[in-house]
Amino acid sequence: MEYTTTSLRTAIRRPWRPRAIPHLGLLLVSLPMLAFLLLPILAMITRVDPAALMANITSPEVGQAIGLSITTTACSTALGLVLGTPLAYLLARRHFRGRSLLDTLVELPMVLPPSVAGIALLIAFGRRGMVGTWLNEAGVTLAFTTMAVVLAQTFVSAPFYIKTAVAGFAGVDREIEQAAEIDGASPHQVFAWITLPLAWPVLLGGLVMSWARALGEFGATIIFAGNFPGRTQTMPLAIYLGFEVDLDLALTMALILLAVSFFVLWLVKAILRQRVDAPSSS
Amino acid sequence: MKRSPIVPLMLLLTLLLAACGGAPAAQPPAATDAPPAAETTAPTDAPPATEPTATPAPVVEMTLNVFAAASLTDAFKALAPGFEAAHPGVTVVYNFAGSQQLATQLGEGAPADVFASANRKQMDAAIASARVTGGSEQTFVRNQLVVITPGNNPADITTLQDLTKPGLKLILADKAVPVGQYALDFLAKASALPEYTETYSSTVLSNVVSYENNVRVVLTKVSLGEGDAGIVYTTDAALESDKLKLIAIPEEINTIATYPIAPVADSAAPELAQAFVDYVLSPEGQQMLAQYGFIPVTSSN
Repeated sequence: MEYTTTSLRTAIRRPWRPRAIPHLGLLLVSLPMLAFLLLPILAMITRVDPAALMANITSPEVGQAIGLSITTTACSTALGLVLGTPLAYLLARRHFRGRSLLDTLVELPMVLPPSVAGIALLIAFGRRGMVGTWLNEAGVTLAFTTMAVVLAQTFVSAPFYIKTAVAGFAGVDREIEQAAEIDGASPHQVFAWITLPLAWPVLLGGLVMSWARALGEFGATIIFAGNFPGRTQTMPLAIYLGFEVDLDLALTMALILLAVSFFVLWLVKAILRQRVDAPSSS
Repeated sequence: MKRSPIVPLMLLLTLLLAACGGAPAAQPPAATDAPPAAETTAPTDAPPATEPTATPAPVVEMTLNVFAAASLTDAFKALAPGFEAAHPGVTVVYNFAGSQQLATQLGEGAPADVFASANRKQMDAAIASARVTGGSEQTFVRNQLVVITPGNNPADITTLQDLTKPGLKLILADKAVPVGQYALDFLAKASALPEYTETYSSTVLSNVVSYENNVRVVLTKVSLGEGDAGIVYTTDAALESDKLKLIAIPEEINTIATYPIAPVADSAAPELAQAFVDYVLSPEGQQMLAQYGFIPVTSSN
């Protein structure tokens, strides 16, 4: 793929030129925010007692919470990808009446406080909820199950992916797609071989954003899914409740969460850079 | 020609700054503005921020921060007007949460004047973190547990033995929450009796779907019908009695929850904090608490 369409790709591709003192003034005005963002994390790391960390890291509660967080966020991110991609494509490529309204509605869960999301989910999917009553009759109960955790995470995180994916699809040059169409590609082929590969780096970025949001999900989960170790108690819940009972345990889990998040973000950035850089070297 | 967005950006920034600068003014006066409550005793540890005035005390606007167990929410809210009427200029500000959460907040230095816990353990935690002076706490009220089900009782629970029904959705408070620990005590006591058998506690606990972090969440989720049953205080159940069915727990296996209250040691207004504690223990305060179903204490411990 030789085509560079999005500003993101050109921005990443531009080679970095070292200077004697790069943007000293800019660096200085950036420092307060940087310090503010990093200080609390630093404070937390320094507060952890290494002995307690080692003792807690192997405790079953920690393992259960990590395992649950990893599986549920994997599921919710996958759900977002599978069900969110068509919606994002629709919003990016079709112009119809009410498109802008739909776009705003999709953004709504991003601005809602998670506690509102939790109550809304309970009112909709709870046993006596709008859909829940009907599901209950069919023998499906969602509240207090791991599935409820996945739904809560998907509700609050999928919009992050969808919004990014809309921008990703919109950034793909129509002329390239049209050229493929002229060469006889079917709409499916165009999507699978032209649109998707070109938009992919942006989609991946959106996926990571939505995964990160799902990993941190707390309010909607504790309201809709409740708190039960191994079933609905994800890392943020375990950390919150641990804070009231055992600060060391909470700090241990917070550090693990921090490390996992950092590693994933960094890894994805590396992959993204590689994917974007690869075509330019060919 | 495109115009630079710098002008609208600056306008937006000005607006945002104006809004965020105005916000704190809307909040009640902070504890630091609050001069000492009594003008007769000169405080040695906290010099007043302003010059002491010789004129007879004008009405001083101040807030009293009361940290109280979630189960006290309605009763304490009802107490506030009486106390405020007796102390002009004083506004009682409550922080209601699970007692364990309040004890943690106190331990982390949250500014407070009074702490009312739903159990001894969390009061001890506040004493351990030196926010409450040991010996200054007094039991001010007692409470009991009750099993609740939604009004339509979907799992058809009529006896305490029914809590062992397989597949039941039982909601409890976490064991860190006083009511959660009291519930575990009740289950343990029941297991020791022949009519419940010794597996009673473990069987009931296998039905738990969620451990909530305060008693009011248990109440809400059961009254919404999301859970089949829950264990709360009788006082909480009384608030939603129209939406719930109650199954009484017999005296011999029920736990009597005792609530201690104490002024916070480093309160900015120690006399006022003590006055609030005294008000809660006064006949008027006790009567109000009794109205909400609490068992009053006639004499302090």
